[in-house]
Amino acid sequence: MKKKISCRVLSQKMIAKNIYDLKVESELAKDAVPGQFAGIYTGDGSMLLPRPISICGADKEQGILRFVYRIQGKGTAFFSGLKEGDRLDILGPLGNGYPIEEAVGKRAVLIGGGIGVPPLLEMAKRLSELDADKAPSAIDIVMGYRDSETFLSDEFKKYGNLIIATDDGSVGVHGTVTDALKEKAVTDGVIYACGPMPMLRGLASYAGEHEMKAYISLEEHMACGVGACLGCIVKTREVDGHSHVKNARICTDGPVFDAEELDL
Amino acid sequence: MNTKVTIAGVEFKNPVMTASGTFGSGVEYGEFVDLSRLGAVVTKGVADHPWEGNPVPRVAETASGMLNAIGLQNPGVDVFIERDLAFLEGYDTKVIVNVCGHSEGEYLNVVERLSDDDRVAMMEINVSCPNVKEGGIAFGTRPDALFNITKLLKEHSKKPLIMKLSPNVTDIKEMAKSAEAAGADAISLINTITGMKIDIYKRKFALANKTGGLSGPAIKPVAVRMVYEASHAVNIPVIGMGGIATAEDAIEFIMAGASAVAVGAVNFHNPYATVEVIEGIEKYMRDYNVSDIADIRGIV
Repeated sequence: MKKKISCRVLSQKMIAKNIYDLKVESELAKDAVPGQFAGIYTGDGSMLLPRPISICGADKEQGILRFVYRIQGKGTAFFSGLKEGDRLDILGPLGNGYPIEEAVGKRAVLIGGGIGVPPLLEMAKRLSELDADKAPSAIDIVMGYRDSETFLSDEFKKYGNLIIATDDGSVGVHGTVTDALKEKAVTDGVIYACGPMPMLRGLASYAGEHEMKAYISLEEHMACGVGACLGCIVKTREVDGHSHVKNARICTDGPVFDAEELDL
Repeated sequence: MNTKVTIAGVEFKNPVMTASGTFGSGVEYGEFVDLSRLGAVVTKGVADHPWEGNPVPRVAETASGMLNAIGLQNPGVDVFIERDLAFLEGYDTKVIVNVCGHSEGEYLNVVERLSDDDRVAMMEINVSCPNVKEGGIAFGTRPDALFNITKLLKEHSKKPLIMKLSPNVTDIKEMAKSAEAAGADAISLINTITGMKIDIYKRKFALANKTGGLSGPAIKPVAVRMVYEASHAVNIPVIGMGGIATAEDAIEFIMAGASAVAVGAVNFHNPYATVEVIEGIEKYMRDYNVSDIADIRGIV
């Protein structure tokens, strides 16, 4: 169930330029699944809206939520100043999450680009923990970065075969995540991805060429985060279930969509 | 202690409603608050056919507020009746349906479809949305156009009608008087104030629609002033809204002359806001010995 609750900050550290790693104590961790997000409030009433931030980790047992985010504006700059013991209002868990069951017996291909990398970490972890009858046959992880600041890559290594692509060629494949897929000949399995729209468009067409399923996570400016305001929509090929006009709500029908269903 | 208010013969258990467009048809916020606590649910605008709305980005935050240019995306009155009215039937609250259209005929189609539906208490006519190109605000910024659409819809409606007024006018009193003269049962105000935001790093408008409607606490003083002016210009009830975030804000509107109030953009900041405003009004009435909410209406 969705709730807005006050959470205690456990830790915060900078892990790359403008990229922060925030852990909070929160009962919301119990229900959260990979690919979902939360609406985080600044506590400053002049910033009315919650910031939609993807969930990078959800530890059910310990009740810890982890967010890895980039400073993007005033709100995220405020978050970066939080310290252990501070409190933070969080609305969540929001959105649908990745369909983990689609990868049973198949190759799971996790692809992240830039600040789209973090939500795939919890997905990689949970895929690697599945019982043999529900597990994928292999876990390939393809992460795209600007440069050698390959945040979270040490953690991804624990869960699958990690391939890194960088824009400047300083680490791994020189180029995009799609270039890496081509170079490593990853042509089967189920894609789970998050990243900027040009990357997702490229992946959608790559998946189409190779007849792979692709579940992609989108972002958009949001207001309510719960499906009421219709601020964050994406064009769909078929009529949507809410407004019957080919507009899915990213916050509630997504943020994860089957790429085939979207008109990108 | 009496929090009940009556508008055009319809009794509301308390004066707190939702502002159209900020609360869907209640489904989404029903996860956070008991809809039966509300005086009324005012639905998102409903047209006679589905509207797809504007391109994204549709929303942008501004200081103590936000701009939106959704463009009245809605599934049309058929789906609304079948799904949303059926959902709201399960709650002990009044339903006010917000009606939008591009032309007189489109407004009429919705008003006539809902006129005989017992689940609908009132209709609120949206002649003030700044984000649709035709219709909408064109009816709400000229006194004669407002008079004509109000009169036409009144002739065909079996439900009491609330005309929702735009703040994007020079003299709100003239608009309020036009609605009253044409037979409106009540008026509600304010809709959003037209605004603009530019992203200086991208050198682009923040909204795809370029302009949008400003809402949130930033607009409250403007709204209180307009509710005060309008309620002194007419004898029909006024429903006040615009930046209400707390019970104190709601009481300000009531003291300015509003019979009821609506909670809007703050739902995005605090999904529990509607019920917190109701509880806060009740506490204020207890603390300050107000036995009937009507006793403080227009008291300033």
